[in-house]
Amino acid sequence: MRVKPPSPSEVGDRLRETEVWKSIFRPGSIFRKGYKDTSRDRALATMNNVLYHLHPVKLKRHGLKLTYTFCLGGLSFFLFILLTVTGIFLMFFYRPMADIGGAQAYADMQSIRTGVFFGDFVRNLHRWGAHLMVFSVTLHMARVFYTGAYKPPREYNWVVGVILLFLTLGLSFTGYLLPWDQLAIWAVTVGTSLAGYSPFVAKQFNIILLGGVVVGPETLLRWYVLHVLALPFVLVLFLSVHFWRIRKDGGISGPL
Amino acid sequence: MAREDTPLDQEVFDRVLKEQTDAGTDKRVAEGRARSAAVRAYKAAHPEESEAAAPAAAAAGDGDGQAAAQAPAAAAPAAAAPAGAAAAVVAAPASAPTRTAPLPTGNIPTPKKGAPDKHRLLALVPPEGIQRVEREQGDRVNVWPHLLIEEFVAMFVLSAGLVIFATFVNAPLRELANPNLTPNPSKAPWYFLGLQELLRYFHPVVAGISIPTFILIGLAAVPFVDRNPSTRPGDRKIAITMFTLLFMFGATLTIIGSFFRGPGYNWIWPWAQGVFFEL
Repeated sequence: MRVKPPSPSEVGDRLRETEVWKSIFRPGSIFRKGYKDTSRDRALATMNNVLYHLHPVKLKRHGLKLTYTFCLGGLSFFLFILLTVTGIFLMFFYRPMADIGGAQAYADMQSIRTGVFFGDFVRNLHRWGAHLMVFSVTLHMARVFYTGAYKPPREYNWVVGVILLFLTLGLSFTGYLLPWDQLAIWAVTVGTSLAGYSPFVAKQFNIILLGGVVVGPETLLRWYVLHVLALPFVLVLFLSVHFWRIRKDGGISGPL
Repeated sequence: MAREDTPLDQEVFDRVLKEQTDAGTDKRVAEGRARSAAVRAYKAAHPEESEAAAPAAAAAGDGDGQAAAQAPAAAAPAAAAPAGAAAAVVAAPASAPTRTAPLPTGNIPTPKKGAPDKHRLLALVPPEGIQRVEREQGDRVNVWPHLLIEEFVAMFVLSAGLVIFATFVNAPLRELANPNLTPNPSKAPWYFLGLQELLRYFHPVVAGISIPTFILIGLAAVPFVDRNPSTRPGDRKIAITMFTLLFMFGATLTIIGSFFRGPGYNWIWPWAQGVFFEL
């Protein structure tokens, strides 16, 4: 007797009935057998996915309009994810050392460009993405202002957003130093020279931030730690509050 | 009224239970189905009792549960209903306003023997005391698929643009840092060029400390300064004008600092002397 092998769709069906599959994909997942395009399964699809459930199950219809949000907040978050991923890749090939006579950081930058597989491309993504993120966060702030979305009950979330904007600037600025080329060191020198004019604490401020009087190897290490760990950590904390408050304050603002 | 006290038709119960068990139904489910069928059969056979059941249950709720349960149908005088209602109202605070909602009738659970009397007050909260939370349903759509698909498209468009751009345009990498050789001009990153431009006009304390601090605090204070509750653009002319002016002011300064400043940070025309700007 000849045994008919199961068709691919039968294999798929059987796979999706296994306990393991069902334990991974929660009810309502479109990857589960028997997903139906009903209101119930649509709701479950949102609430049973860790990423999607940042969103409520339903939103006001006007929130879909591209010209209301321009997707700017979501794209800023996406850029943050992209920068995290590309940044982790770059960390494998970069040492924040700039001792006199042998600037390892700069040498690593050159080897990322020439020797690392896809290194140049990933660095480009990281750099252009970073500039784009500063841009998109700023535009997001403007959008929120023009739609009046900072009005009660969303006052506090606006303040969190301002903090996030400055953290974004801080992340971009600390990252600017890391290539340790002429562009980096002098842009940072110009940028931080302003801090030297702050009243009362100018000297302390410089020493804490630069690890010395001028931008040097100590600065590189400090800004590296700020860039790859400290600031992202703080940013993620505020980002969580930001997303959480959007839903607690009643979802998307408006309509106008 | 306790479940065990509900009168039911034992014959129907046994028959349905056997049917369900034979059909392979789970024991507990089969029992439940048999019970409900039996109760319905009993009620159909004794219509006069089911009429009296409601007042009897109300009476059971307000006082001597045991007595009421024992005599569910026996007499069940018509007066039982007002009597039960009166007892319930007495249990509520004397000052309670006249209630318009109908009193709860049947199926108030009988309190357990020896349970403190106070517990029964929980069932007698006047309607005025209940906070009713009502949310306007409005015109809402499901996030999946409507919003999520839109977000995916936006994400892919952005990714595609960025990948193409990163493939063809290399990020700058100049020669090794040299603290003894200042490039001319030396500029801050583009988002600080507005401030650097201000340095041309103001003392560094003003341009580098006062104005950034003012911007930071001013931005954070926006919702607490602008107390106008309306979000309609027509009602917010002052706020929108002020924000637009400040935003344009910042953008103009940044553009000037980026493209119109050359060696020595002196004014240039980018189409004549070239662009001194790096990202």
